[in-house]
Amino acid sequence: MHEVLPLNAEHSTRWILIGLALGLLLAIFLVRSFGSGQAIEVHAKMPEQGGWTPSDLAATAGQPLHLRLTSDDVLHGFAIGQSDQPPVDVEPGKMTELTLNFDQPGKYTYYCTRWCGPNHWRMRGTIEVQPDLNKPGAAASQSSQPEAEPLFIQMGVDIDGQPHTDRIPPDRPNARRGQALDTSLPEKYLAEEYYRTHSPVEVWESLRNEAFTQSYSDQQVWDLVAWIWRQGTSPAKLADGQMLFAQNCAACHGEMGAGDGVMAEAVAAEYASSGHGPAGPIDFTDPHRNLATSPVIQQGKIIRGGMGTGMPYWGPIFTEEQIWALVDYLWTFQFEY
Amino acid sequence: MNRVELTRVPLIKTALRSRWPQLILRVIALAGFLLAILAGISGTPVGSRNFGIVFVWIGWWALLMLVAVPLFGRGWCSVCPIPMPGEWLQQGALLKPQGRGLGLGKRWPNKLRNIWLQNGAFVLVALFSTVILTSPLTSALVLTAFLVIAIAASLVFERRAFCRYLCPVGGFIGLYSQVAPVELRVIDTSVCASHTEKTCYAGSAEGYGCPWQVFPPGLVKNTYCGTCMECLRTCPHDNLAINLRPFGTDLNNPTGRKMDEAFKAFIMLGSAVVYSAVMLGPWGFLKSAAYHIGSVQWLVYAAGFLTFLFLLLPGLFYAAVALGQTLGGKKAKPTGKAASRSRLFGTHRQAFTGFAYSLVPLGLAAWIAFSVSFVFANISYLWPVLSDPMGWGWNLLGTASLSWTPYLTQAVPTLQALILLGGLLWASRTSLRIADQQPAQPTAITRPLLQALPIIAFCAAVTFGLLGLLIA
Repeated sequence: MHEVLPLNAEHSTRWILIGLALGLLLAIFLVRSFGSGQAIEVHAKMPEQGGWTPSDLAATAGQPLHLRLTSDDVLHGFAIGQSDQPPVDVEPGKMTELTLNFDQPGKYTYYCTRWCGPNHWRMRGTIEVQPDLNKPGAAASQSSQPEAEPLFIQMGVDIDGQPHTDRIPPDRPNARRGQALDTSLPEKYLAEEYYRTHSPVEVWESLRNEAFTQSYSDQQVWDLVAWIWRQGTSPAKLADGQMLFAQNCAACHGEMGAGDGVMAEAVAAEYASSGHGPAGPIDFTDPHRNLATSPVIQQGKIIRGGMGTGMPYWGPIFTEEQIWALVDYLWTFQFEY
Repeated sequence: MNRVELTRVPLIKTALRSRWPQLILRVIALAGFLLAILAGISGTPVGSRNFGIVFVWIGWWALLMLVAVPLFGRGWCSVCPIPMPGEWLQQGALLKPQGRGLGLGKRWPNKLRNIWLQNGAFVLVALFSTVILTSPLTSALVLTAFLVIAIAASLVFERRAFCRYLCPVGGFIGLYSQVAPVELRVIDTSVCASHTEKTCYAGSAEGYGCPWQVFPPGLVKNTYCGTCMECLRTCPHDNLAINLRPFGTDLNNPTGRKMDEAFKAFIMLGSAVVYSAVMLGPWGFLKSAAYHIGSVQWLVYAAGFLTFLFLLLPGLFYAAVALGQTLGGKKAKPTGKAASRSRLFGTHRQAFTGFAYSLVPLGLAAWIAFSVSFVFANISYLWPVLSDPMGWGWNLLGTASLSWTPYLTQAVPTLQALILLGGLLWASRTSLRIADQQPAQPTAITRPLLQALPIIAFCAAVTFGLLGLLIA
């Protein structure tokens, strides 16, 4: 009996060692395969390294979608376009659990909300939400609300022109001075569609020819233009627009709209050779270009993006109101309100 | 002899002779090692959240450099899991010898019976270390390579060829283990002389012949004794002891000083300086060059690194040695120009190798001071990683959400300054002792202080350079 003991010890040790190695492997394999339960693990990497993985998610309307978000490099953020879902941070090496609920079927875009690199804006993915076929009337609800086409498409505006004017105001147009003139402006100038579809220089020319402006200086007519623009928006919209601009646009266009954001040089360098459009982000403080641009062109640019210029397309990210708020805010770089 | 024989304490002796405590520690280490590899391969690629990076390069490194090497010498080698799988195959057993193992059992080539390969292996790892230390996958591949090479070495060669001649870590542990206050030595060599079986080297039913290819009765330094405790198990006369001794005892022993070990000292000291400059210095371009492996900048960095380790540092040191010899030694009688030159060179070469051992305490102090800078700052990464080794959102021990907190930030610079200055003092003392031991020629009037002075100046220059890099 006593002779057998050492051999047993040897054998047990061997089995412990083999068990340890295989057990570790098996445990990790099992957790890897089944550990996250129903949740889908989404990995975030800088766009140059692959962006979101997986980038196409599927869900069913009315049923929760569980996500486990993690970053494989730097800090990213996760938000869903055109939704009220507050953005969450996606931190390296940490899991952020998130449960989403979609009421309506459709294609949603999710995107990174942290400036993770020069191609940050490319970091997007889609969530295809199918109607819940077990629910009566679900399929019908999908097509019940056809979305209205954006204004720039309805109007067939060419948003790729190079607008330019040399008729620029001697002084920065000021809405309060325009208001102080106490002119009763004809109704047409105050209609939303009117000012959204005309450039300031067109409105100025039209006003200049009106009988009631004959006693005004050119600058005073410009002040009236600013007053018209101011009446088309509200402090609340401007505040929304300012926030959206700071979060999404300032990195390239600069905090003061001068096209000199921290990413501007990198973007200009990347797209200089593409032959498309201007080299570098638009300078919103330049009156020659901007006074010849109508709000609807800006809406189109924001929705569709710059086609090879590095300007992202924001259509699937912002709601229509958000885009108009942003457009309204852009005019504060030309007009003083 | 001011030694305290620890193995006189029955509990210590039993614990060391028994295979179980060692085996338990090795199994725990092996589990950690395997988990580090698995985490590196399948866990998060974020280094600061991956067990493979945090556990190995912060946790293990802290344990090794701040505790194991300075206090226990090759203590880590006695529980290292890397040779385990290969040795199991080679010996056919995990415990006592039984049956036959696999393997060709070849002798290690004579020409490679030195630590030049270890020097090369360390430099190779060091050149790529910025990525090895931060990318979990690369780190895991390197650890796996260690394991595979160790297994291959066990199958082709006899005993622990990997540990003795290849392991890049084992090389410097050996060098610095000379400083440690513990040693394994034979109690009475006359007992060995009459013991014809030499079971400590040949092995017996109780244990294996020295896996480190060391003949225990000949041990005078810790450098190549892996403290695996096999000789404690195989000696039928109970003639081996673990002694407590003064720090740095081996450095005073002039026997067995060799060029490969001298260069190990330069490589270690030089890489502590380069690491401090790259990782803690203010130069962005240097950091960027070290990280962009394969780029032109990296090639320049690599060339600079190698030049610094193999030419600049040894060159300056050689100049210091030569100056010391001129100042404090007596020149050999000239018998023709060529003869004198070769003789002079010969003397300097010997002195160069000898004095290089004064860089052992200096290098160890440099590595401890360098390690202190990032260990206390980053050890708190360990707590979340223990709960979530793969970075998959686990919380095994409830520590997953503990955030990074640097410890002792106020005390670290003072601590580093004390360590570096202590290292300088110790190196100076060692160089004076070595100067005393330089073989005097019959007519020579040697002045040890003058011989050692340039060496001390060299050590002081390195120390102040490091003080600038680490503390300023």
